[in-house]
Amino acid sequence: MAEHKGTWWIWKVFWILLFVTAVEVIFGIIKPPFMIENNFLGTSILNVFFIVLTIIKAAYIVMHFMHLGEETKGLKLAILLPAIVLIPYLMFILLNEGNYIFGIL
Amino acid sequence: MANNNSNQKAWTGGDQPFKASYGKLMMWFFLVSDALTFSGFLCAYGFMRFKYTEVWPVAEDVFTHFPFLQGEHPLLFVALMTFILIMSSVTMVLAVYEGHKNNKNGVILWMGLTILGGFTFLGSQAWEWGHFIHGDKGGLQLPDNSVVHIVDEDNKLYSLYDLVGVDSYDHEAHFTVEDVKDAFVQREDLSLKFSKTKTVGHKEAISYIEKSELVLGADLVRNEYGHQLFANFFYFITGFHGFHVFSGVVILIIIFLNVIKGTYERRGHYEMVEKVGLYWHFVDLVWVFVFTFFYLV
Repeated sequence: MAEHKGTWWIWKVFWILLFVTAVEVIFGIIKPPFMIENNFLGTSILNVFFIVLTIIKAAYIVMHFMHLGEETKGLKLAILLPAIVLIPYLMFILLNEGNYIFGIL
Repeated sequence: MANNNSNQKAWTGGDQPFKASYGKLMMWFFLVSDALTFSGFLCAYGFMRFKYTEVWPVAEDVFTHFPFLQGEHPLLFVALMTFILIMSSVTMVLAVYEGHKNNKNGVILWMGLTILGGFTFLGSQAWEWGHFIHGDKGGLQLPDNSVVHIVDEDNKLYSLYDLVGVDSYDHEAHFTVEDVKDAFVQREDLSLKFSKTKTVGHKEAISYIEKSELVLGADLVRNEYGHQLFANFFYFITGFHGFHVFSGVVILIIIFLNVIKGTYERRGHYEMVEKVGLYWHFVDLVWVFVFTFFYLV
């Protein structure tokens, strides 16, 4: 459990989150042209980069700050599976139907 | 709770396959449903933004202010808000950590700092909303309800206040669309921006300005920054998140008072601090996504 580990890991996660946020802000301000002009997965590389960093931050918060990493496997799956399955599904439906809506709305 | 159930059949109850208490489990399941709610909102935002991408405001043109600093500082203030929320998440983990050690004073210290962080974030959001409502450079609404902006030679937004020479925060000063037109006619370097790809030259722009209306600031009906849905989504999603922060602060205060009274010390464990901690981290988690999709992407 957490109490045997001391508090160093909390500060480690804090520095990681701070660093990732700082990287996001710096890239958000300078907006490197090659990352905007080139597309990947239907959007600019910069946007993909931001989304990947966001998911990394989210993973650190959920796994360490919320201690989900220390819970049983069953609880982990019960929490993560609905989100991992349903949210991409919703995004898929919207992207797919969006092509149709785009023409008539 | 009895722990002698290892030999019992699972059907008879009293078993804890997840090795977590009822309260903690229910908090987790609530957070899952809340996460799906927020993802629904953000997906809807992305959907409409995709549809109106040409006239969707660029975040750097909208959120440019920083307290006590002149000039434009895009992203800096939201970065600060993110930092405040991450910091309050850290103090919350430390409070949970002290709770595991049954250290009452430690819990009081770190929870107190978390509450302070929560109030700081709410204050920052109020400031942000205040600026959003008041508006920045002003826009012109055409009869077809589209909002257009005056831009300079570099296609950068040009403030209507600067154009007519009025201080944006002077409540006495008023100006009309005629004043804008008269000032615009004098400035041949300016043109009118309709969308990300369409800008109308100076001469033609005058005829558009004549039949337009001034839009200063943003509310649920009019939005100077661009498409109306941007303002509506902004108010709804950041408002819904802010309401979560607010209720989080209220719950934190209640638990904080119970800690001071010694309720959990008598109970022998600080699990209640852990549960409110889960909620608080979730609020931070949602902000991480709001930050990305509203301000970065």
